[in-house]
Amino acid sequence: MENFISGKLTLDALPHVWYTIGATVFFAIMIMTIATILTKTKRWGWLWHEWLTSTDPKKIGTMYVIFAVLMFFRGMVDAGMIWLQQSLAADSQSYLTAEHFQEIFTSHGDIMVFFVTMGFFFGFMNWIIPLQIGARDLAYPFLNSLGLWLTVAGGILINFFFMIGGHFANTGWLAIAPLSELEFNPGAGVDYLIWSLQLSGLGSLLAAINFIVTIIKKRAPGMTLMKMPLFVWTSLCGMVLIISAFPVLTATTFLLWFDRFFNMHIFTTGFGGNQMMYFNLIWMWGHPEVYILVLPAFGMYSEIVSTFSQKKISGYVSMVCAAIVITLLSYLVWLHHFFTMGAGADVNSFFGIVTMLIAIPSGVQVFNWILTMFKGKLIFASPMYWTIGFIIIFMLGGMTGVFMASPPADFQVHNSLFLIAHFHTMIIGVALFGVFAGLTYWFPKIVGFTLNERLGKRAFWLWLIGFFVSFTPLYLLGFMGATRRLDHYASSTGWQPLYITATVGFVIIVCGIITQIVQIIVSIKEKDQHLDITGDPWNGRTLEWSTSSPPPFYNFAMIPTITSREPFWDMKKQDHQPQKQYEDIELPKCTGMGIYISGFAFVVGFALVWHILWLAALGLAGLIACIIILSFNEDTEYMLSAAQVAQIETSSAQKSLNC
Amino acid sequence: MESDTKVFGFWIYLMTDLVLFAVLFATFAVLRTSTFGGPSGRELFHLPSALAETLILLTSSFTCSLAMIAVHREQKKPAMFWFTVTFALGVAFLTIEVTEFSKFVEEGASWQRSAFLSAFFTLVGTHGLHIAVGLLWMIVIMFRLWLRPLLAPSISRIFRMALFWHFLDFVWIFIFTSVYGMGHLL
Repeated sequence: MENFISGKLTLDALPHVWYTIGATVFFAIMIMTIATILTKTKRWGWLWHEWLTSTDPKKIGTMYVIFAVLMFFRGMVDAGMIWLQQSLAADSQSYLTAEHFQEIFTSHGDIMVFFVTMGFFFGFMNWIIPLQIGARDLAYPFLNSLGLWLTVAGGILINFFFMIGGHFANTGWLAIAPLSELEFNPGAGVDYLIWSLQLSGLGSLLAAINFIVTIIKKRAPGMTLMKMPLFVWTSLCGMVLIISAFPVLTATTFLLWFDRFFNMHIFTTGFGGNQMMYFNLIWMWGHPEVYILVLPAFGMYSEIVSTFSQKKISGYVSMVCAAIVITLLSYLVWLHHFFTMGAGADVNSFFGIVTMLIAIPSGVQVFNWILTMFKGKLIFASPMYWTIGFIIIFMLGGMTGVFMASPPADFQVHNSLFLIAHFHTMIIGVALFGVFAGLTYWFPKIVGFTLNERLGKRAFWLWLIGFFVSFTPLYLLGFMGATRRLDHYASSTGWQPLYITATVGFVIIVCGIITQIVQIIVSIKEKDQHLDITGDPWNGRTLEWSTSSPPPFYNFAMIPTITSREPFWDMKKQDHQPQKQYEDIELPKCTGMGIYISGFAFVVGFALVWHILWLAALGLAGLIACIIILSFNEDTEYMLSAAQVAQIETSSAQKSLNC
Repeated sequence: MESDTKVFGFWIYLMTDLVLFAVLFATFAVLRTSTFGGPSGRELFHLPSALAETLILLTSSFTCSLAMIAVHREQKKPAMFWFTVTFALGVAFLTIEVTEFSKFVEEGASWQRSAFLSAFFTLVGTHGLHIAVGLLWMIVIMFRLWLRPLLAPSISRIFRMALFWHFLDFVWIFIFTSVYGMGHLL
């Protein structure tokens, strides 16, 4: 059914069912509203010059966070639809067809992992890492912008099926072969999944290279590796995981796409293809990915525990070692995702034991967090609430993880709701709680005022209670034999009350999210009362608190010299007033190339989803042309003179001079 | 200092590319015997032409190094000459590869025939695609050499291109031994 002009695209692909029409209309209204507001307030130029083309890591970080928040709402809608279906689906299908239900849990997984959690962490790293290591920007400001826009392009592509196609993949978030092969999945849904992961995966890879080089090469004088804040350490470990794991994802999804596009037989059921290869490869990426999601969070908790216990982190060296050991071990455990494959007792034992070993460095971290609090002068601000909540949930998640690391036990609960409960414990309780802790903690640094504490604490309680009400029933259901991804079940199983309880938990979580939205609105309204004038609202210890809030666009007028692990704490103790000797500062110019290249990459992705070869060729040509033009542009930086710096430092106005 | 940072980052990129090739090598190793009644490597591969490809690519790595020596000495003309030679050798390599591929397809041994051939075409084809990208990059570099003075940023860019070219040579050595060599023996 292919023709040259439109490939596999036919009129049937246009929206014609309630949810695709609804989503298309929704997107159209959103875009039109935003466009109208921008035109009325004459802010198009401002948006383009100050934000979209910016190479300032703080602005790129903010854009990552906003993008992640939007995708979070999208993912939560999916989650709600899944719960609702399962609460109602005793004995018969409820309001969703099996096909539609499968598409929803697939997109829920992909969106939450690739765009929400990773988006938030890249945002925080952009905000905080340059400030913590005493750098003015990242090693490659342009690549940073490109990484953001490739991720956004992937995010748009994963939602594009609403407009064109009408179907997402129905394979589960990892597109497990052979279900994702052409034979069983001839539609475009799997291709949408593949290409959105290709684009965002490339973006993550570029960002990871950028952060590694930044951390290795751009630290302030005197900051040796063992003087780096723990957030920088755990982020470095996470980025090392990305550069070694994400190429595996790229290769694997390309192999799958070759099967689908060129009729190859790498993972097919016929012609000698090997499906278990797909399981192995995708989890060789997938397990490190789990640690990519949690390692930066570990670092954030370390910073927060230390600040709010008013004590230096206990066992710094052991914390660094623990992060590195987790990094190394995470490569050696992928097979625990499919003990049931039948690899034999020896192989399963090896992977089971290595999996259990990860509990040791994780335990070291938990003990260090607790020891940091021990005899500290604890301040119970809301970031600390999230942190203590995390430690409790992490213990629970860790124990269920060690339980499943034992192959015989895993055979009982493999692919049951017990597993779903376990990894949601980790991703919500560890990664997402870390996001909220970090957001409350660093919000004043980036925006300039603190968030409302009372509402922040309420949101925490709603999230914590909602989490337990939601996922405790899933552990029980797992033991009762409920497998994951059921679109309906027999009422005689007695599962329905537990499913409904879980949905009640979801409603409590939604209340928590609404509280958070209200918290942000109230905080903006009351911002004059909560302005962060000192730049140090929490009595912080690391370098980011030594700048004003928000920091000037060049971060530091004078790059500090570092002599200890807690430079700002020592500065405060010694009442250190540095000599004000300003120097010329070289800064990156803003550039729209990141957007152009990502735009062409999006065109290539979309064209290949629908096999429109001429459009793919056109997109590729545009992409290559952009890169060549870029390579001849040497004029990428501008100089801010010492006099200008002095002027900005003495006046309170801090206007961006990016363009 | 700044160019140093860029070269360092480029090394990290090359390592990620190496991981990508590692996946393709692993896939090939697993699917090597899955010929599904189709031709095996032993029946298909023509060792002399693979050897010719190897020698051409190794020579091109050598001429690329000669060009880099000239670049570091800031001698534009010899640099241009040796890059042209490298480019010609790269084209020769690609021509032999494409000829070999089309011959396979004519004999009915296309990537659709068996898992072994899918893995073979993917691995060797990905390397070939990298070579094509390298050639395109080399054209851009030669333009730069022609248009721009040989200052530190230019030298750093040219150096990174040369690194890429040597990297592809390195990968090819493994393809030659594990795909063609072992395919012929075992």
